[in-house]
Amino acid sequence: MIFFDRASNLLSDLPAIVVTVPLLAALIASGAGWINRKAPFIIAIASLFVSFISSILLLLQVTSTGVVIEYRMAGWAAPIGIVYIIDHLTALVLVLISSVSLINLIASKRRIDDQFRNKEGAFYSLYVLFTAGLIGMTTTGDAFNLYVLLEIASLSGYALIGLGSNRAPLATLNYLFLGTIGATFYLLGVGYLYIATGSLNMADIASIIPKMMNSSMILFAFIICLTGLLVKLAIFPVHGWLPGAYSESATVAASLVAPLTTKVTIYIMIRLCLSVFTPQYTFQHLETTDVMVWLSVITIVFGAISALSQKDYKKMLSYIIIAEVGYMVGGFFLGNKMGISGAILHIVNDAAMTLALFMVAGIFLWKTGEDSRESLKGMFGKMPFTMAGFTLAGLSVVGVPPTCGFFSKWYLILGGISAGQYGFVAALIFSSLVNAVLFFRIFEIAHFEPFKEQHPHNDHCDEQHQAKSHNEIIKEAPLDMLIPFIAVSLLLVLLGLYSGAIVNNIIHFVIPKGII
Amino acid sequence: MSMETVVSLKPVVAVLVSLAVIPGIISSRTQNIRETWTLVAAGIKLLIIISMLPVILDGKVVSFTLFQVFPDIGISFRVDAFGMLFALVASSLWLVTSVYSIGYMRSLDEHSQTRYFSFFAAAISATIGVAFSANLLTLYIFYEILSLATFPLVTHHQDKEARSSGRKYLTYILGGSIGFALPAMLITYHFTGTLDFAPHGVMAGHINSGLALMLSMMFLFGFAKVGIMPMHSWLPAAMVAPTPVSALLHAVAVVKVGAFSVVRVFTGIVGTSVLADFNISAIVCVIASFTIIVASLIALSQDELKRRLAFSTIGQLSYIVLGVALLSKSGMTGGMLHIAMHAFGKITLFFCAGAIFCATGVKYISQMKGIGRRMPITMTAFFVGSLSVVGFPPCGGFISKWYLVLGTIESGSLALLFVLLGSSFLNAAYFFPVFYNAFFCSKDQMLFEDKVEEAPLWCVVPLVITASISVLLFFYPQPFLKLASLAVSIIMGG
Repeated sequence: MIFFDRASNLLSDLPAIVVTVPLLAALIASGAGWINRKAPFIIAIASLFVSFISSILLLLQVTSTGVVIEYRMAGWAAPIGIVYIIDHLTALVLVLISSVSLINLIASKRRIDDQFRNKEGAFYSLYVLFTAGLIGMTTTGDAFNLYVLLEIASLSGYALIGLGSNRAPLATLNYLFLGTIGATFYLLGVGYLYIATGSLNMADIASIIPKMMNSSMILFAFIICLTGLLVKLAIFPVHGWLPGAYSESATVAASLVAPLTTKVTIYIMIRLCLSVFTPQYTFQHLETTDVMVWLSVITIVFGAISALSQKDYKKMLSYIIIAEVGYMVGGFFLGNKMGISGAILHIVNDAAMTLALFMVAGIFLWKTGEDSRESLKGMFGKMPFTMAGFTLAGLSVVGVPPTCGFFSKWYLILGGISAGQYGFVAALIFSSLVNAVLFFRIFEIAHFEPFKEQHPHNDHCDEQHQAKSHNEIIKEAPLDMLIPFIAVSLLLVLLGLYSGAIVNNIIHFVIPKGII
Repeated sequence: MSMETVVSLKPVVAVLVSLAVIPGIISSRTQNIRETWTLVAAGIKLLIIISMLPVILDGKVVSFTLFQVFPDIGISFRVDAFGMLFALVASSLWLVTSVYSIGYMRSLDEHSQTRYFSFFAAAISATIGVAFSANLLTLYIFYEILSLATFPLVTHHQDKEARSSGRKYLTYILGGSIGFALPAMLITYHFTGTLDFAPHGVMAGHINSGLALMLSMMFLFGFAKVGIMPMHSWLPAAMVAPTPVSALLHAVAVVKVGAFSVVRVFTGIVGTSVLADFNISAIVCVIASFTIIVASLIALSQDELKRRLAFSTIGQLSYIVLGVALLSKSGMTGGMLHIAMHAFGKITLFFCAGAIFCATGVKYISQMKGIGRRMPITMTAFFVGSLSVVGFPPCGGFISKWYLVLGTIESGSLALLFVLLGSSFLNAAYFFPVFYNAFFCSKDQMLFEDKVEEAPLWCVVPLVITASISVLLFFYPQPFLKLASLAVSIIMGG
């Protein structure tokens, strides 16, 4: 009996466990590195695994009961205390964050140990801290607590990104400046909200705002909060920090930061618009749709065209991410059911796609020691499984069914049509076509051009392989990199085929009443 | 009109069986084991499809939903008469082509044969998927899979020419489907709320005339595999592929998937009444006629045999589109029948082109003087195949063209009758010189030495089979005729 009591206690504490375990683990990991070099990895992976399992349990709990979980930190009641709120959307994003972080850690271990020798403690600690920050941002129901966690995630993010190539510190500085401006804007907005409503609790603010729809202070708070988040989202024209930050950083760090940062920020934006400022305020009172959708259209077109002109693979991915941000922001601000569903579904899909694309960059870098597209010559013959996964990921970005990218685009386009935003529809189609060009350009190199004779081999590649002829030998990445990658790329198809279930069982409950 | 529906896993198995053997193909230790996998899958697929034939001829449909990807649309299969007709053609010809592929690829000692057979299997899965689609979304998904699965086949040689052709192939096919067909599908869904194929279409009453015309055009050009001008030029470019690929995919599977998709969408989504009321059919007739005549004229000037066949295909595909746009019972029957009749004729011609290349290495018609004396079986089959494509009795092609001609008379358009007759004349004009030169030439014009002989048996037997079937179809056009008239009676009523 006692055991069951404990177990049920543990279950009810899940919202705290999901964030505090990685937070504490981050602190322990950095110290443990001094004692044992293997310890930080074990601590990191164990804590992320706990987070992952807790998120899954939370998702199951929310979807099965349909009741929003409200957890009072240390027992203090809202609006004075900090509450953590887990609804369908939160649980979905939690699973997303913890699984991306866990999978990427497994796949990157070999490279982290190689690249950050003697700095493992610091790296793993930052890695877990970053994840903890994002998880906290997702779960918190307090607008100021959100800022604190946002800074935890951002600061650890800057540090992770700074650990890259020679130009990484400069790119990080750039990121840090803009990121801090964004965060400060958000904080300023929260300040105005507090002045206007006297509360920092999101639900509390949401209950007050309908009474002060015409308040200029609320309007200012909305604009300035949103602006801050848009900077963090890298929407055009405040996107400048993103390409440098993601392409100059170490691939192991980029493959954690790139899939999650923008996606979680979009989640925050959605949360802010729906759960703080209320949908009536955002969509009906302010009529934000036109402005925001057009901003997104420009972002999409700009991202697509810039991606076309990139020679570097990771730079190209960065601009694709910018375009994808446009998909989600635009989709959400269409303000109808289809558009919001598409935006939320795309948060999941895009995170999975971006993860796959950065993981594959890591595999190529490991195998060839080079980062350029040219190093992919002859890869279809050389690494057929990796390339198959890469092809799936590429097709998903293009939006070819049955990969998941198609299905979120489906909702987004339908949302665009029913909102009468044909510019948005055209931008989505245009960007799909551009993505097709981008990826087939790479597939062409890998398919048509013979394997390059003089690859600068890392010392991890055995010599026996160099002795053999170069062409028809299959030489895949080590299994601990390959298996997580293949799993993610198969997930891209499964997410597509089961997108109906995700929409029906999860996203459906997120759409506020009154939105059609 | 409600039809009895049989829920069965058979269509799913028929689609997936060739995908399921791919791991077997990849992991096979010897060539023979690998080819056994291909042949076994082809055999099973054909048998499953044939086993559904009696049910379909009985007027029932077989259906199954695989994934419910959207609240109201699933990845669903529904086998009806028209889908059955196409699946029967594609799967029976796959079996024959598999045999031919083995002979061709081995005798030329081509590289990467495992990749070749794997993607071949994937392509045929997608083709049957298109045939059995219950709604436009499912059709689109398999259409895209087919585009991608055929890319490595078209670019098999991996040289410069293959690269530029591959680029062209994808630009037209993928560009068309993403740029036109996808938005058209979404707009249709937005206004009608459904994508299921209905006997009389779903647009009537939901969509005004301007939009209906725009959507019809987007579908017609978006499904670029049908090769309507100006979306045709990927087809001649794709002839860089090994000949069995050209044969199955670019005379049967890929191009017919395009034609099938257009017919399906025009009848099942747009609907014949919308086509007629808004005068869309007249515009489609003009576009198709233009393609028929111009493609035939271009074919006249091609010296490379496969390119001449490619332009001939472009023209013949538009017959199918024209047949539907005639909106008469005979015309539509003729159009649907043409999918089958042209397939058997054209695949024979491609097999012959490949056999000639295998045996002699010659690609150009001007270098084929006297080849008939050295390869009499192949060139006789070529003769039969071209008779069928031109539409002479006693070949299957005559039947479909007969119905098409009847269709033009039924719908009372004399101009279209002349288009058909004129095109047949042109068809004869571009095929006649090929076999005339092959058989009738003086000793000193003869370009081949005595030692040149027929291609290997693996290549010759398939082309004899398809040529014989072409003749046989004239005397026994069943079950294709039955299926086509069943499909037409559902669409046109009565």
